[in-house]
Amino acid sequence: MTLITSAIGQGLLWALLGLGLYLSFRILNVTDMTVEGTFPLGAATCVTLITKGVDPLVSSLAAFGAGMVAGLITGLLTTKGKIPSLLAGILTMTAAYSINLRIMGKSNISLLGQTTLFSNSFLKSLPTNFDSVTVGLVVVIVVTALLVLFLNTEYGQAFIATGDNPAMARSLGIATSTMVIVGLMLSNGMVGLCGALVAQSNGYADINMGIGTIVIALASIIIGEVAFGELTLGQRLVAVTLGSIIYRLILLAVLQLGFSANDLNLISSLVLALCMMLPQLDRLLNIKKPILKGVRTHD
Amino acid sequence: MTKPILELKGISTIVNKGTASQATILKGLNLTINPGDFITIVGTNGAGKSTLFNVIGGNLLADEGKVLHNGEDITHQGEVARTSFLSRVFQDPKLGTAPRMSVAENLLLAARRGQRRRLRFRRLKERMADFTTLAASMNNGLEERMTTATGALSGGQRQALSFLMATLKRPDIILLDEHTAALDPHTSATLMAATDAKIREDHLTALMITHHMEDAIKYGNRLLVLKAGRIVADLSGAEKAALTPEKLAGYFE
Repeated sequence: MTLITSAIGQGLLWALLGLGLYLSFRILNVTDMTVEGTFPLGAATCVTLITKGVDPLVSSLAAFGAGMVAGLITGLLTTKGKIPSLLAGILTMTAAYSINLRIMGKSNISLLGQTTLFSNSFLKSLPTNFDSVTVGLVVVIVVTALLVLFLNTEYGQAFIATGDNPAMARSLGIATSTMVIVGLMLSNGMVGLCGALVAQSNGYADINMGIGTIVIALASIIIGEVAFGELTLGQRLVAVTLGSIIYRLILLAVLQLGFSANDLNLISSLVLALCMMLPQLDRLLNIKKPILKGVRTHD
Repeated sequence: MTKPILELKGISTIVNKGTASQATILKGLNLTINPGDFITIVGTNGAGKSTLFNVIGGNLLADEGKVLHNGEDITHQGEVARTSFLSRVFQDPKLGTAPRMSVAENLLLAARRGQRRRLRFRRLKERMADFTTLAASMNNGLEERMTTATGALSGGQRQALSFLMATLKRPDIILLDEHTAALDPHTSATLMAATDAKIREDHLTALMITHHMEDAIKYGNRLLVLKAGRIVADLSGAEKAALTPEKLAGYFE
């Protein structure tokens, strides 16, 4: 039971990563590698500030801001510098590694004995793992609600149109470069915040904690789509969170089979590859069609 | 005398500048467009028709010459800025609409063409009735698919939607770039008739590129023949009325 609540708690905390990447990957149609650098950047920023005595909530918001700066840089590289978005993300991600070391001063900082978001007396009174479930749930609900509101504004609709058909968007007077920059900033801000939450939950920030995050984020998105199929935009965002939880449960099951935690990145990649290959496997094996709708690529 | 809505003065465009394949597409082209003009444009491939539209639309900035809108110099104004007074329908049905957004959502996007998009609720429900009436004017069943993603529409419905989107917020000038060419003859004729009706009804100023000689003669009040980057014929009134496809083809020789 503890293992399952732990998986759900982790799934909820990490859901923010999937939601952030959803903005770039699914809405803007950009595969943004920046997140591999933004996630530890958020963690480094938040943990370093906390150890300097800054309020944990302020530190977490600072992580959101740091993520936005990383998104801004990738956005400028790709829209103004005309560097292909995949490469622009890799550049920022690589540069962020050095920045993260500068921020932290060493490769690992512990939060032992520090006040974090998880230190308040209400969360401490909850049963094991229910602190991360509670924090994760609150953050996911607030962020999902804000995203749905945003996407239903005139500005949000222009943002969606930019990813859907940039040429049309420009012909309707939408400044698509600005939209891409704003989208990458929001997306990476959320990923930075996610890094801050995970670091506080784990009790430390580590320079290598970003490795594999893009696969985890994509897995949340794709598993959500495979499991729930055709949905409205709001439902899709909820599906990402559920996908993130399912992903953690899959990992739990795999660990129970006797694999070690060192195998996690291999397993994550396998899970994602399998999910993304479902349409092809379907052709070969005739798996039921409805579950595949979510992973079809759009033309 | 009416003031021209758009003037092109001595427009030249050069591609692949500074390389061996440098070529001049438009060669000192002059054109005056008056309010209410519906101009059809014919010409062979490579005559510069699309380049002409790109210069008017701001996708391509002229290397020489001036573009004036209501007397104001807009030669260096970009594509996005020009959308405040100009709209376009492309030949490819995929280009004009957002495939994953619904018909109604596409129309809503077009309703704010060239205007600031604010952090305010989009208010789609309030406009649904208006949009449905509008879609019904296309006579192709579009009104029954208001909540369908446009990617799932037929090519004809998508082009009809593109045309509606281009006219929803009244443009000073609408550019129709072979907008019926990708459709079957029947669908093409339906859309062409709807286009003509809308242009007359709203007194729009329109430019239409077409490879269809009959359409070029039948529609509009002016006809331009483009050849090797120059306008070799600008016909209107009785001259245009007297044209036949054979006579028109003679201008291409």
